Amino acid sequence: MTQTVFAPWNDPDAKPLIEFKGVTKAFGDFVAIDDLSLDIFEQEFFALLGPSGCGKTTMMRMLAGFESVTSGSILLAGKDIGPVPPNKRAVNMMFQSYALFPHLTIWDNIAFGLRRGNASKDEIANRVEDMLRLTRLTKFARRKPHQISGGQRQRVALARSLAKAPKLLLLDEPLGALDKKLRQDTQFELMDIQEKTGTTFVIVTHDQEEAMTVASRVAVMDEGKLIQVSTPDVIYEAPNSVYVADFIGDVNIIEGAAAQEGESVSISWAEGQPPIRARSTRSLTPGQKVHFAIRPEKLSITAERPAEAANAVTGKVLDIAYLGNISTYHVELPSGDVLKAQSANTRRIARRSFTWEDTVWLSWTETAGVVLEQ
Amino acid sequence: MRRLILIAVPYLWLLALFLVPFLIVLKISLSDIALSIPPYTPQLDLSEGWAGFRAFLSGLDFENFAFLTTDDLYWKAYLSSLQIALLSTVMTLLCGFPIAYGIARAPHEWRPTLLMLVILPFWTSFLIRVYAWMGILNTEGLLNQFLLFLGVISEPLTILNTNTAVYIGIVYTYLPFMILPIYAALEKMDESLLEAAEDLGCSRVSAFWLVTVPLSKSGIVAGCFLVFIPALGEFVIPSLLGGSQTLMIGKVLWEEFFSNRDWPVASAVAIVLLLILIVPIILFQRNQQLQREAEG
Ligand SMILES: Nc1ncnc2c1ncn2[C@@H]1O[C@H](COP(=O)(O)OP(=O)(O)OP(=O)(O)O)[C@@H](O)[C@H]1O
Ligand SMILES: [Mg+2]
Repeated sequence: MTQTVFAPWNDPDAKPLIEFKGVTKAFGDFVAIDDLSLDIFEQEFFALLGPSGCGKTTMMRMLAGFESVTSGSILLAGKDIGPVPPNKRAVNMMFQSYALFPHLTIWDNIAFGLRRGNASKDEIANRVEDMLRLTRLTKFARRKPHQISGGQRQRVALARSLAKAPKLLLLDEPLGALDKKLRQDTQFELMDIQEKTGTTFVIVTHDQEEAMTVASRVAVMDEGKLIQVSTPDVIYEAPNSVYVADFIGDVNIIEGAAAQEGESVSISWAEGQPPIRARSTRSLTPGQKVHFAIRPEKLSITAERPAEAANAVTGKVLDIAYLGNISTYHVELPSGDVLKAQSANTRRIARRSFTWEDTVWLSWTETAGVVLEQ
Repeated sequence: MRRLILIAVPYLWLLALFLVPFLIVLKISLSDIALSIPPYTPQLDLSEGWAGFRAFLSGLDFENFAFLTTDDLYWKAYLSSLQIALLSTVMTLLCGFPIAYGIARAPHEWRPTLLMLVILPFWTSFLIRVYAWMGILNTEGLLNQFLLFLGVISEPLTILNTNTAVYIGIVYTYLPFMILPIYAALEKMDESLLEAAEDLGCSRVSAFWLVTVPLSKSGIVAGCFLVFIPALGEFVIPSLLGGSQTLMIGKVLWEEFFSNRDWPVASAVAIVLLLILIVPIILFQRNQQLQREAEG
């Protein structure tokens, strides 16, 4: 059996479910969304990632119909949804503030949307019970929202938005208030639901790990603009800018001047240090200022200089952060730069090979990092 | 000790300002009319000691309450008061809710001003405002002149000295008591709840009935009681704006006291009125309690 890769964004014939076409949203003279174009495909699990205030909620609210676009248009299944009121859109949203109805029980909150359709009483009851089970709220069905905890409320909001099995589900930080265990369970639950129902999900999250786990594609935003839209591995391994590299995960950034020869780039970055050898398919002007970004786990740390390493620098261990499964070493180079290197703790901590003030070598291959122009 | 004092304060307040006057009125209602000052007997004469007290007790009876049942006037007045109070409460609600809603949805910086405008009439005397209504409503009054000027009517309307004028007066006077609690409830409401309702398939109108109204219920109930309870015993408005056919228990009470100088019967009327009011007052307290619990 061949497994086809789900990647409609690479298929020129695929029709997107949602199209943002040059969408701008201004509040007064403050531009929250700035000429943004984006396609989201059916059955995608699309994550919006970005710092607070970058416009994630605003994008969701435009999709749900609570915010009109200032210019540009949003198409859902090929139709402009601008004039469609929120209650006529096959879109459900889980609100960042949950927006549970305080006068209704948990049960009635979840049933609220179902009752607006023409489902029979039994269908509604079955669906609500399913949702309660899914979110592990069965015990609390008869309580009012003020009688349950914050995390439970979040699950009610999730259950309520899932209940109608919408074509497009918007989740605005759905898991923020959950503890790690429940969060992971719910993440897998979400992916499971997504697989079962084929619903398209757009999820806002502050947690990049979450975005990496659940999303088919991730969009990194800043100040109302999309900086990069790609699959999680591309975002992580091949960020298109220092901003994205820095925003997602830990990274070492080294600034230098580039010299290119074919795809090989050598970056001179400090007096008395050999230039960094890297690869880039982009054409750089000689002497151009570039940033070299490399993830800490791509640096190997050794006591002796490895014989065949493309790049190797030496330095002193400044600090060690023990994270259980891995340790992060902060290594100070003679130039004063500090590089972070990670290695898995395959041995017990007492038998660790390096300690503070040790002189170590950091090495990496030519393809381990990326050369960024901005 | 401090706690005890703190708890005692409201009870002393209740004792001094409600229970003692109530007992005095109750006692008068059980007495007989007399040509003396004060105009009823028996009076408690403590100088004769125990015998005096016994004589005093034996002088008390329920004659006046029995009298209230003999004359149609009284129960008709109670019924008509109930009807006027109920109807005007409904009308006040119909006027007050949209106003409260409007204020709660107005831009933030406007709200204090709008609330101020609601309370502003209290700065002038109630009596003067009712007199002003007489000037507006009478046959040569402002309203008739205005309508004649517009050509809407050709003959002046008789509004003053009818029940219509009483309704107008009550609605006007008690409107703030309706607006304020409803506003308080609406103002607390999170607007994203309406968005959530719409998102889940409600139209604007059904979101209003399914979310806004239930969430402002406690305010609506409080407002209704705050209007209904005083309106039931209202005396000034019916006697100034109402006509001879306007029958309200407050007016009857006033006439018993001041025209007939029959204090015992007047007190009996007052006691019965209070008994009628106890039911809504208890319901009102329960509403407040439930609301506090819901806010928990
Ligand atoms: N109704 C509004 N009026 C004016 N400015 C607004 C309004 N709504 C949002 N904004 C502004 O638009 C920007 C984007 O807001 P948005 O709520 O989309 O941020 P966000 O990315 O969801 O942030 P967070 O992660 O903190 O939720 C913010 O700077 C915010 O102040
Ligand atoms: Mg947000």
